[in-house]
Amino acid sequence: MNRHLLSAADLSRDDALLVLDTAAEMDVALAGRSIKKLPTLRGRTVVNLFFEDSTRTRTSFEVAAKRLSADVINFAAKGSSVSKGESLKDTALTLEAMGSDGVVIRHSASGAPHRLAHWIRGSVVNAGDGTHEHPTQALLDAYTIRRRTGRVEGLNIAIVGDVLHSRVARSNVLLLSTLGAEVTVVAPPTLLPVGVHSWPCAVSYDLDAVLPKSDAVMMLRVQHERMTGGFFPTVREYSRRYGLDAIRMASLPEDSIVMHPGPMNRGVEIAAEVADSVRSTIVEQVANGVSVRMAVLYLLLGGAMDGAAE
Amino acid sequence: MAAAPGSNRPVTGDPSIARPVLDATDLARALTRISHEIVERNHGAQDVIVLGIPTRGVALARRLATLVGEIDGIQVPVGALDTTMYRDDLRLRGVRALEPTDIPAGGVDGKTVVLVDDVLFSGRTIRAALDALSDQGRPRAVQLAVLIDRGHRELPIRADYVGKNLPTSLTETVHVQLEEYDENDAVLLGPADLGRRTPPPARGEAAR
Repeated sequence: MNRHLLSAADLSRDDALLVLDTAAEMDVALAGRSIKKLPTLRGRTVVNLFFEDSTRTRTSFEVAAKRLSADVINFAAKGSSVSKGESLKDTALTLEAMGSDGVVIRHSASGAPHRLAHWIRGSVVNAGDGTHEHPTQALLDAYTIRRRTGRVEGLNIAIVGDVLHSRVARSNVLLLSTLGAEVTVVAPPTLLPVGVHSWPCAVSYDLDAVLPKSDAVMMLRVQHERMTGGFFPTVREYSRRYGLDAIRMASLPEDSIVMHPGPMNRGVEIAAEVADSVRSTIVEQVANGVSVRMAVLYLLLGGAMDGAAE
Repeated sequence: MAAAPGSNRPVTGDPSIARPVLDATDLARALTRISHEIVERNHGAQDVIVLGIPTRGVALARRLATLVGEIDGIQVPVGALDTTMYRDDLRLRGVRALEPTDIPAGGVDGKTVVLVDDVLFSGRTIRAALDALSDQGRPRAVQLAVLIDRGHRELPIRADYVGKNLPTSLTETVHVQLEEYDENDAVLLGPADLGRRTPPPARGEAAR
């Protein structure tokens, strides 16, 4: 594995499987224990550098780092020197000067983690950059699929909704295809990015045609905050054509699962009764996120660091 | 990050030029003796659980638990305890893939835990295992069984049950072969592996 985790595309099949296997061992190692803590990253400092709002990802990384005994510094752009006009580079160098070993970054600009990786010596983990990538989300989704169905290879997986604005979709397409799944993205033409046909996946505009052969369906959030134009006529029309309701869920194969990276717009892309059904893995995904992020932090920060003082 | 090793501990040196120390019969006798010692020392096998340290310690633990169970006529719980996350040399070498931890139902609280490893060398693995065990609960007592004690301790740790004390030089390597992982049961003492081993700092478990 590389020193950084910037893109799901950087992960080879072996790397990805190593992360998933490690996450599974983390789960087992901590299951049923009264002391949910491992000493592995004691003395390491992880900075959560969040320039964009987030609850589950930031908390998840924080819990993961703390379970490995790392020191965690949470940095939110609001209320920091960023609001005085400090640049990303200066912020990063300041944090590094204070001795961070790893930086978990979320930024609204696609590519910000890549820039950061050139400036600092520690490991950089991309926790979502703009509409580009969110590799740990893809890893936890793959982990969830594997736990529920026993495998990823050979499964048909549909990714449905706002693919254009979704970093989750891109990372998942890349990772799941690396792991040998057949991925289909389903969206109205206006919500597909330019160049989607070069992605390692099939493309469809018809949700009802895709559902009967899907082993897992991943619903994406409609990202109103990133939408400046008219991507669809009305929310109601979108929901009728691309929302997952109970009737559509009934057309899924018997053992297939319904996923959502959260936060959900209940009643838009996913109906409340679907989100709360037994097929839904939404709560599991959050729990699995901690294990997967522990595995990532362990694999990136656990060993010898470049330039570590000896 | 360095490529993490697979489930088998890296075998250094070349076993083909190694000298046999224990053959299959000797190894079986040693395990039988240790199992009797465990029963004797604990006045039976009630509340004894046997935990192996991956990789080969787990197979030895299973064999010991079976033997102890036969002597005392009860089922002895057996499991595995991975020490990777508790090692003190993670920073010196690359990260390793994790091995499974499997604590028998009922936990370790109040039990007599017998830790099992194949070779006792620096003692650092056992220190890590003690830390890992204390996070699992509070055993009544912890005992250590090893197949080979090769000396060169770096920590104040000793084994309660030893299959064979094997005086070695630091440059020699001890190969434990078990049917579960290798072709046969044997313990071999081989010469130094000049190609792979870097001397003092990395000394320890890599070159058992």
